[in-house]
Amino acid sequence: MPDQLLFAMEVTLNGLMAGVLYSLVALGFVLIFKASGIFNYAQGVMALFAALTLVGIQDGQVPFAHLINAIFGTNVHHFGWHVPAVFAIILTLGVMVLFAIIVERYILKHLVNQEPIILFMATIGLAYFMEGFGDLMWGSDIKKLDIGLPQGLNETLESVTYGWWGYGFFIDNLDIAATIVAAILVITLTLFSQYSKTGRALRAVADDHQAALSVGISLRFIWVIVWSIAGFVALVAGVMWGAKSGVQFSLSLIALKALPVLMLGGFTSIPGAIVGGLIIGVGEKLFEFSIGPMIGGATENWFAYMLALLFLVFRPQGLFGDKIIERV
Amino acid sequence: MLYREAGDFKTTYSKDSQTFPIKFDRIGYYLILIVAFGVVPFFIDSYWANAVFVPFLIYAIAALGLNILTGYCGQVSLGTGGFMAVGAYACYKFMTSFPDLNIFFCVLLAGLITALVGMLFGLPSLRIKGFYLAVATLAAQFFLVWLFNKVGWFYNYSASGQITAPERSLMGIIITGPNTEAWAKYLFCLVFVVLLAWLARNLTRSNTGRSWMAIRDMDIAAEIIGVNPLVAKLSAFAVSSFFIGVAGALFFSVYLGAVEVGEVFGIQKSFLILFMIILGGLGSIFGSIIGAAFLVLLPVLLKNVLVGTLGWQTDIAVHVEFLIVGGLIVTFLILEPHGLAALWRTVKEKLRLWPFPH
Repeated sequence: MPDQLLFAMEVTLNGLMAGVLYSLVALGFVLIFKASGIFNYAQGVMALFAALTLVGIQDGQVPFAHLINAIFGTNVHHFGWHVPAVFAIILTLGVMVLFAIIVERYILKHLVNQEPIILFMATIGLAYFMEGFGDLMWGSDIKKLDIGLPQGLNETLESVTYGWWGYGFFIDNLDIAATIVAAILVITLTLFSQYSKTGRALRAVADDHQAALSVGISLRFIWVIVWSIAGFVALVAGVMWGAKSGVQFSLSLIALKALPVLMLGGFTSIPGAIVGGLIIGVGEKLFEFSIGPMIGGATENWFAYMLALLFLVFRPQGLFGDKIIERV
Repeated sequence: MLYREAGDFKTTYSKDSQTFPIKFDRIGYYLILIVAFGVVPFFIDSYWANAVFVPFLIYAIAALGLNILTGYCGQVSLGTGGFMAVGAYACYKFMTSFPDLNIFFCVLLAGLITALVGMLFGLPSLRIKGFYLAVATLAAQFFLVWLFNKVGWFYNYSASGQITAPERSLMGIIITGPNTEAWAKYLFCLVFVVLLAWLARNLTRSNTGRSWMAIRDMDIAAEIIGVNPLVAKLSAFAVSSFFIGVAGALFFSVYLGAVEVGEVFGIQKSFLILFMIILGGLGSIFGSIIGAAFLVLLPVLLKNVLVGTLGWQTDIAVHVEFLIVGGLIVTFLILEPHGLAALWRTVKEKLRLWPFPH
């Protein structure tokens, strides 16, 4: 096979893997949007916060150490213990559930029946708040996240492809792990929403708030559940991205990358989020590979948005979204 | 006692449609103008100009622009930073390509260029709505910043990739460049703020402004009663981008003097200006200005208190600022969705009745 084609294939594969990670973030958006009609801008910061908390718990960092030191003139850093990854993850999940309860209790409850755009801006405010809070709690330096996921070049795949075509594909082990985790996550979520009682209630709320209320489903409980699940998805996304590029502020910016994914896939569709993520992932890698060198590179910054913009002009509801019907 | 409308009879239509129908308001407005033009320039030093007054005035223009689009026409935009960058780079190109051109017109022309770009990116708004549009404006934000970073023509192929404002003067007074006096910067920006606020106020109560508000309140209904959505939305994008472009041009030429596009006009700037209009009040001219003042003053205040008085590190102060701004946004949206301007309106209602409770 010609080299160019092989390169393109490798780029496509890498793009698919990157797309899976975008899909993970987009998934959290879709869940919350379906259940409460809220476009949760804070999803990216939730991923950052979850990853920060995980690292903090694992390393036994003292929360608010900087603040305590600044106020009392002490010098505390760490408790001096190391929590095993599994316990740390469970504790972090607890923190995310607590966060979901607080958000429902102090924000969502008061904003029922507001316009969607007001809710959207409220989540932007929430994102800023959490960013400041997370940084104050755990410090803003770049942290290394290690919960024992495989990393580095996958040698089996390289040798196999080398044997076939005389050219070894370079695929990161972590990306493969991310793909598997994402697949498991999506299957679990689908099973949960299709076959469990809570899942059915979730879908009922997504369909029609008032009808769901009238048959005795507690809206507030459902919201807590949904935000907890979104927190869980954020944790998974945060772990994957954090393991890839370190836990740092830029992690919260992947939320912005998930937006065009959603626009492509439609805001209300879980398969849409996956397919949209894959299209964006492959699209931006291939574009950078083929057109990028001609126009100066670094096209990954805007390609996704432009693609989504062009796409929306022709199909405003996205690939899998519900048809938008408006009434006066 | 002070704030009375009783006995103030309007006998002509023009008097009836005054911007400030109450005498007390009118006097206050003229007093502020007199102080701003006649007193502040004599006392301003470069710290106050650079830390407070000049950024406040420039952000006020940008907030006015975004408020026209978001507050009056209901189209949420996250591309403000990108459009400011268009204004800045257009201004730079005009300044360097036509050295004899008056700086005042450079800024205005930069605004016009931005208006054109804004209309281009406003076109999708005819098809897509709500936060779909908000995300579409992100495309403008990232694409424009990338463009100014990558295409050498925009920054005249300078080695650093930065643009630097050459020295220009107006009526013999230096306005841009490193030798500018603080009061000259301040006055130059103030003139723009007053002119543009006057324009915005009168546009928003004209036929155009009413059609924007009709689109905001319900676009389909507006269409049925005969508002042309194409004209209304694109004019809102054009006017808004003009304001934002002027703000970007001033931000670059008068305030900073040298600009690196990704750092100055990044996505954070878009959010900052969006926060200004949320806190100040959506759909209010006064709100845009008070919101800009609030978010310019808050970091200065926090820095002085936390770093200056308590001796904390700067990064903690920054985090606390994030925390407070985010918290305030949520609190305001819950308690007072119309922002500081609505609080001021409540105060005025109370003043009208004072000292009686009813």
